[in-house]
Amino acid sequence: MRIILSVAYKELSTYVTSPMAYVVAGVFLALTGVFFINTVDQPFALASVRGLLGNTAFFLMPLIPPIMTMRLLAEEQKMGTLELLMTAPVRDYEIVIGKFLSSFIILAASIFLTLFYVFILRFYSDPDPGPILSGYLGILLYSASTLAIGLLASAFTGNQIVAATVGFGIILLFSVVSNVSGIVGGAAATILEHISLTSHYDAFTRGVIDTSDILYYLIMTTVFLFLTIRTLESRRWR
Amino acid sequence: MIEASHLTKYFGDFPAITDVSFTAHRGEILGFLGPNAAGKTTTMRILTGFMPPTSGTASIAGYDVVSQSLEARRRIGYLPETVPLYTDMKVKDYLHFMGTIRGMEATDLQRRISEVVQICRLEDYYSSHIAKLSKGFRQRVGVAQAILHEPEVLVLDEPTVGIDPIQVVETRQLIKDLGGEHTIILSTHILPEVSMICQRVIIIHEGQIVAVDTPQALAERLEGTERIQLEVVGPTGQVVRALRAVQGVQDVTFTDLGDGRGIYSVMSRRGDEMRIALAKTVVEHGWGLLRLGAVTMSLEDIFLRLTTTEEA
Repeated sequence: MRIILSVAYKELSTYVTSPMAYVVAGVFLALTGVFFINTVDQPFALASVRGLLGNTAFFLMPLIPPIMTMRLLAEEQKMGTLELLMTAPVRDYEIVIGKFLSSFIILAASIFLTLFYVFILRFYSDPDPGPILSGYLGILLYSASTLAIGLLASAFTGNQIVAATVGFGIILLFSVVSNVSGIVGGAAATILEHISLTSHYDAFTRGVIDTSDILYYLIMTTVFLFLTIRTLESRRWR
Repeated sequence: MIEASHLTKYFGDFPAITDVSFTAHRGEILGFLGPNAAGKTTTMRILTGFMPPTSGTASIAGYDVVSQSLEARRRIGYLPETVPLYTDMKVKDYLHFMGTIRGMEATDLQRRISEVVQICRLEDYYSSHIAKLSKGFRQRVGVAQAILHEPEVLVLDEPTVGIDPIQVVETRQLIKDLGGEHTIILSTHILPEVSMICQRVIIIHEGQIVAVDTPQALAERLEGTERIQLEVVGPTGQVVRALRAVQGVQDVTFTDLGDGRGIYSVMSRRGDEMRIALAKTVVEHGWGLLRLGAVTMSLEDIFLRLTTTEEA
């Protein structure tokens, strides 16, 4: 645990001493601000963050997480520091989980900054707290899954741009598969619905917390972190 | 302290090292000498647990580097060829991080950090960003992280490459000072370096160990000698005896090819007259001389090549 925390701490300091954390938070806030205004600045608009969070999941989650994670393992490979980590008495999973935690903390912090919009809503009206809380729980789970995918992409290569692109591709694929479920029909459609990142998110924004949805995101996160650990391990055997 | 037996590593079909066996005793400084791409780095990466061997075993302080990898890694300090540094970190933060992931306790770590900073003379750069340091100082930071946790074994891959001559001298002195406490394996392609630092040298070429000895003994053994190879048809016992009897021959080894043919490897004094004398001996006995020539890339040649590529 101490090693996981010290890896996470090291990555966190790198995030906050480089422009990365601020750029992510800035872009995040700018775009979520647009989403927020778009959904509330309408006749008979609902006092909710449903539009805000839904758009965040669909538009920002494929983009921001892989950019945040692209450096984490790719740079270690390029700079040769991975050799140092892998010859230190640490287990591969400690490296991966530590790095994952650091990126999750930064993204979660950016997400918490958007609570500002909730305060605005509360100032002007009386929004239902249920969907807001569940929506935020959902978006945190959502970002954990996407960060895990981004980290896997970063383990594949020493090139950060390639890592970001691959991560972006995988997340986008998991975001849009439910859209084609209507075309294929039958059992395939059900499967596509079930593996889609976006289809599990809708319930959260409506205020429904379904354990199967929570499980889905936890499993996605675990599976991709596991694949990342195996990818790192496989470097030993090449 | 370090035991390697029959290490072989293939990259695809290409053998990087073949059947490498050696031991290093406690407190010994062992040099790995060989031209570039001889298999030095591969051997070191296997010892440090970065990659497993295709076959063979290695152990550090009795712990197998594959099956007891964590225990073995705990006892090793490693400086890879390209010094692995997080350039966006400060020297102190970097050392702190390296100590923590090696499981050092906070108070112990603080004490050791100030010690290694002194040993490696990094006092003035303690709070500098690594990105701003020159190559020589980065090398010292690399050495500092390798000795930080007081490992029993130090593995240094080409520790003096790419730094200026004054720093080379300092680094060599530093390594010498570290010997005794630590068992050190260092690789280099510079011959004078091993004679300066190491108690024992392993010469490795094309993935195979060609000699293990003290630097002095190696130099004496090779002073003015040459290896000549002959392919002869004739009764093997007699041929060996006859070749040994030639003036100037030090040693003869023999490989049987069957049908009375054999390859005889003759270690002798250097000079053309040796080859003339050997040819004469074979012909005068009435045996068939199929081939005679100085062996290319023998131990002596490697040694020569290393001597001529001397840099410092």
